[in-house]
Amino acid sequence: MSVIQEVAKTRGASRELRKGDGKAAAIFLAPWFLGLGLITAFPLLASLYLSFTDYSLLEAPSWIGLENYQRMFEDPRWLQSLSVTLRYVLISVPLQLMAALALAMVLDRGLRGLAIYRSVYYLPSLLGSSVAIALLWRQVFGADGLVNQVLGYFGIQGYGWVSHPDYALGTLMILNVWTFGAPMIIFLAGLRQIPAMYYEAASIDGASKVRQFFNITIPLLSPIIFFNLVLQLIGAFQSFTQAFIVSGGTGGPVDSTLFYTLYLYQNGFKSFDMGYASAMAWFLLLIVAGMTAVNFLASKYWVFYDD
Amino acid sequence: MTDTPVRPDAPTQTTTKPPVRERRSLSEVAAQVPDAPRRRTVGPQVRRVLKHVLLIGFGLIMLYPLLWMLSSSFKPNEIIFRDPSLIPSAIDLSNYGEGWNALLHPFHHYLLNSAIIVLGSVVGNLVSCSMAAYAFARLKFRGRPIWFAIMLMTIMLPIHVIIVPQYILFSELQWINTFLPLIVPKLLATDAFFIFLMVQFFRGLPKELDEAARLDGCGHGRIFLQIMLPLSLPALATTAIFTFIWTWNDFFSQLIFLTRPDMYTVPIALRTFIDATSNSSWGPLFAMSIVSLIPVFIVFLFGQKYLVKGIATTGIK
Repeated sequence: MSVIQEVAKTRGASRELRKGDGKAAAIFLAPWFLGLGLITAFPLLASLYLSFTDYSLLEAPSWIGLENYQRMFEDPRWLQSLSVTLRYVLISVPLQLMAALALAMVLDRGLRGLAIYRSVYYLPSLLGSSVAIALLWRQVFGADGLVNQVLGYFGIQGYGWVSHPDYALGTLMILNVWTFGAPMIIFLAGLRQIPAMYYEAASIDGASKVRQFFNITIPLLSPIIFFNLVLQLIGAFQSFTQAFIVSGGTGGPVDSTLFYTLYLYQNGFKSFDMGYASAMAWFLLLIVAGMTAVNFLASKYWVFYDD
Repeated sequence: MTDTPVRPDAPTQTTTKPPVRERRSLSEVAAQVPDAPRRRTVGPQVRRVLKHVLLIGFGLIMLYPLLWMLSSSFKPNEIIFRDPSLIPSAIDLSNYGEGWNALLHPFHHYLLNSAIIVLGSVVGNLVSCSMAAYAFARLKFRGRPIWFAIMLMTIMLPIHVIIVPQYILFSELQWINTFLPLIVPKLLATDAFFIFLMVQFFRGLPKELDEAARLDGCGHGRIFLQIMLPLSLPALATTAIFTFIWTWNDFFSQLIFLTRPDMYTVPIALRTFIDATSNSSWGPLFAMSIVSLIPVFIVFLFGQKYLVKGIATTGIK
């Protein structure tokens, strides 16, 4: 390296190169800068401004201060959408990650046919966010759907799960758990980084599998668990398609599947109440950012980095 | 995010196979130690078979809804709800014919619309994200760490925070009900995720290559096109595959920007099935759902290697 730099200096090329870098960077980054400004930063600030206004696309926005934010906390449907989303996230994400870790543990040990199992379990992750799968779910958990047919064999009379206010959200949670394949693959990659000799040493010392799991696997895997947790929480908070399709766009029955983003969509693009929708959007950003920050702070106490 | 950035193509499998083998041989050694419990020498085979039975059973339960949808798409409507078996008594293609023409436009119209958006997005992401990644990975310019941090933050930004002003902007430009709001942002590298992916990859390529090329008088354009890109095919493939699947499945932005039936894409068209047909005609709906999943499934079959590596290194879905 130093030889190359020396040669470059003697040719007087070094200064030219450094000068050229700034110009070249401007060219290479031009599309990204444009996108950052026009498609991301400007709309981000515009929605912050709009969140303090009353705006319906037809008339110019009129400044109303914090009214939209006050309205949120007095709006029973907004409170419902927040509660639905929190329940969905806090229940389905941990279950999904547990399933992912459990399967990754089983698949880890030089298993024959590993690649096939991995593909089969991963496939739902790729399809899970599609409209087709949401439609399928609507049918599988419908009144005379697949689940009730199977229950019928055991003489159990099922509900119309997706149209029952107590169970509709549950079917969406199951859908999210069903897509455990992506975090499973991340766990698989993480498990492979743990040196096998740790387990050997522990089992020679007579440590049980359970102890090995809690004292070797969990601590050494904790950065990966943390990474998966942050990603899946952020993703789950923004879920939209499943609830939209299963409830036919309403968030029903009785608002039991009214995801936050679904209510935002209804306000912004059905009633064209864009000021209110912008306030909701900024509140969502604050929740997601806050949740991620809490995660990072809490990680100091349980995530173990083996440097 | 990850404490040790791994190149997307870094073969995690090959580097980690030896420990697995070693572990097995060591446990065999341990089994020969007189004090080792006896079940260790008899149990493993039974256990292994049991494990495979459980894993296959679990896999079947997971895939059952998909397989059931596939088989139902070949069954006449009256039978779908009475017969949960997977093998249809006769292959009946009438659901496909009926579904294909059930909406305002024949289904290939929607397939074509989706294909246009997917193609535009894939090309856009490949070009714009690789360019930005080259700058972040190889060029020295003022404020690089700050811009890089901003780029990383935009990955986490929920689209819902910017969608309202975007809608207003695009309707000012008369772009609603065109494909432009869905393609142009990709040409401007707004899927920053893929910039990150390619930066990671470029950083893993030996720097000596481009330094030598620069000494020979190569400009950055040529280094990028003739040295970096040809070496980065795995990262480009991962980007193309994920862009394909995400765009094909995307519902939210297509729902917002495409409201005229002749502009509908596959997901939006499928959604109108619920309104257009009565609840009793699930057969045609399933048939078209299957059609909509086929492209993703094909990409999955042929792109698995890149999908798995892409996820393992960057943690995407």
